[in-house]
Amino acid sequence: MSLNLWIIPLLPLAGATINGLFGKRFSNQLVNVIALGSTALAFLYALYVTVRFFGLSADQIPHIEHYFVWITAGTFMAEFGTYLDQLSLVMLLIVTGVGFVIHIYSVGYMEHEGGYYRFFAYLNLFMFFMLTLVLANNYLMMFVGWEGVGLASYLLIGFWFLKDSAANAGKKAFITNRVGDVGFLIALFLLVKHFGNLQYDNIFKALAAYPVETSVGFITATGLLMMVGASGKSAQIPLYVWLPDAMEGPTPVSALIHAATMVTAGVYMVARSNAIFNRAPIALTVVGVIGTLTALFAASIGILQTDIKKVLAYSTVSQLGYMFMACGAAAYGAGIFHLMTHAFFKALLFLSAGAVIHGLGGEQDMRHMGGLRKYMPKTFWAMTIGTFTISGFFPLAAFFSKDEILWKEWAGGNHILWLIGVIAAGMTAFYMFRLWFMTFFGEYRGPAPETVSHGHDADPQHAGHTAAVHAQQADAQGSDHGHGLPHESPMIMIAPLFVLAVLSVIGGWIGIPAALGGSDRFDHFLEPVFHFSPVAEAGGESAAVAVEPAEHEDRATEIGFMLISLAAATMGLFGAWFLYYKRTDLPAKMAAAAGGLYRLVRDKYRIDELYGATIIQPIILLSTNVLWKGVDATLIDGTLDEASAGARDLSDRLRHMQSGNIRSYAGWVAFGAGVVIAFMVWKGVR
Amino acid sequence: MVPLSYYLILSAILFACGVAGFLIKRNIITIFMSIELMLNAVNLTFVAFAAELKSLSGHIFVFFVMVVAAAEAAVGLAIIIAVFRTRETLNVDRVNLLKL
Repeated sequence: MSLNLWIIPLLPLAGATINGLFGKRFSNQLVNVIALGSTALAFLYALYVTVRFFGLSADQIPHIEHYFVWITAGTFMAEFGTYLDQLSLVMLLIVTGVGFVIHIYSVGYMEHEGGYYRFFAYLNLFMFFMLTLVLANNYLMMFVGWEGVGLASYLLIGFWFLKDSAANAGKKAFITNRVGDVGFLIALFLLVKHFGNLQYDNIFKALAAYPVETSVGFITATGLLMMVGASGKSAQIPLYVWLPDAMEGPTPVSALIHAATMVTAGVYMVARSNAIFNRAPIALTVVGVIGTLTALFAASIGILQTDIKKVLAYSTVSQLGYMFMACGAAAYGAGIFHLMTHAFFKALLFLSAGAVIHGLGGEQDMRHMGGLRKYMPKTFWAMTIGTFTISGFFPLAAFFSKDEILWKEWAGGNHILWLIGVIAAGMTAFYMFRLWFMTFFGEYRGPAPETVSHGHDADPQHAGHTAAVHAQQADAQGSDHGHGLPHESPMIMIAPLFVLAVLSVIGGWIGIPAALGGSDRFDHFLEPVFHFSPVAEAGGESAAVAVEPAEHEDRATEIGFMLISLAAATMGLFGAWFLYYKRTDLPAKMAAAAGGLYRLVRDKYRIDELYGATIIQPIILLSTNVLWKGVDATLIDGTLDEASAGARDLSDRLRHMQSGNIRSYAGWVAFGAGVVIAFMVWKGVR
Repeated sequence: MVPLSYYLILSAILFACGVAGFLIKRNIITIFMSIELMLNAVNLTFVAFAAELKSLSGHIFVFFVMVVAAAEAAVGLAIIIAVFRTRETLNVDRVNLLKL
């Protein structure tokens, strides 16, 4: 039986190819049909696959399809094939579903931008690579997808490549990811060395024979190197620096690639490699610690950012930290659960932020916003749902996923990491509500309409969606092209917000924990994927003995912990309410009081500057002085220049033999004949 | 009987005269004649050796050389006439356009 899974990634690839090659001559409508059509078909096919998947019996999962052998070299073999189990199914639905919704949104958001076809070609290309990454049945193909999404990310961050900062941000993302990819690649080499190939099923089966490594051995090394790769792609300490800059890209890109899907590839990879990580407790601890620290660190930076997208970017980094935190406690199910809910609510937040930016004609600084509630009520409600969700309020999606992570963390005995997680959760609530209050409440602090010169929506298209107030204002000021007051976005941008808002609300309900009368369905669904765990076999017995009797007390404790996180979120909410709504004069005073600390956090702990001074500057100096001026200019250019100059000088002299004087030619002939005769006489004629 | 070396020495002298004339003279006709002189010096060597070794090969070669020389004379003189018509000179030093 075959599900023909290859169709799913190939549909967006076809869209990307058609739009990329011929899109320039297409009308926007045709580009839409191709780009959205291919994504929609992929999503529908994914739904069909889902239905079929539930018809499979347990021994048919994972469902592996082999298409053809890609590389053979000696005993090494890599093939094109797909691997469908519960984990890749969840990822498949997230990528195609959220991807499709964001494609729709992009139609509205990118309407007035040049390179419309290019944008959608890149977006489809991203879908293709992401689906390859998710569906691959071996690590090499996963790596192909891994690199491919990096490429798509680079292209889309630098979409407005005429803007220096965008081009640089693209390069920064690409290069930072390379650092991580080196780690991933070495991990793959280690796997090839020990197992001979990179097929998931082979490796996971072979690993079953390996004991848990208590000291640092090859499995630990592989796990750590994989984490290096994951921290590059998923923006964890110390490689997170590219993600905030990646916000230079169009907002739908930030939502799709840099929040919902691509950056979660690292989490997916760690979860997929659970067979490796479960045998390497040291690597697992590192994953958990990095995740937790990132969650706290990024949340603290998010508190003082003023760019609306930067706040969300640091929030993404922080939430990704939570996912790694879960993986570090071997609660991969919780990590993937949070990955899913995060895809919903973060895409919602980004798209709402995009609607705000769109409605303000490109303004991203929250200090110039405020009071937008009455200008864009629909966006306001979408953002409200997103904010309450990410902060973890009951019964919204992130409440269940985040609490499951924190609970697993505590149950796993990592009480310090749990505490940090709770603090980060409070900070999350604080900076999100800060964003919410600064953007939608108070008075509009934006520039007076006539000073705004963006004017991208002076066209009738937008006027149609604009509130009557807006039109009156514009008339009253006699401004024929100015941006006017903030306005609501067109329906094509609001509809995706609605879909995502609904998902953000109900998305967590599939994983209601037992403590709240649910049945942890999501966890149980994913369980077969993580059955490679030796903990379940060896450690599980002792753990089972310890846990089972305490089950009922645990439930009470779990509910207690939920209340703690709710309290943290509520504190965040009231803190933000007090500082950014009630007493808006306070933050400035507090900043003045905190002085250096305030500036340090505002400047993102000056990590970029640190990397600049310790890594980038030395490399630039080395490259300039040694590699460029030394090796390239002096050695290579010098050798070549000298060789060519020498040849030219020599021929310049020889050229004069061809004087056009017949007698000199004859002289040379005679001279040559003389030399030949002399030689023959000297050697003897025979 | 004249010894072989006499013929060879005469031949060498004639050939040297031909080379010298070819190198020194400017008039294209003279140069042409010098080439004929060199060819005939070689012919003399051939027949001298043929007589000495009692072989017909030398004679055959001489005929070949004479045929080639006749053909060369026909073509060469035609070229000289063509050159003279266009440039009105027979001085080779002034026929030097074909150079770098």
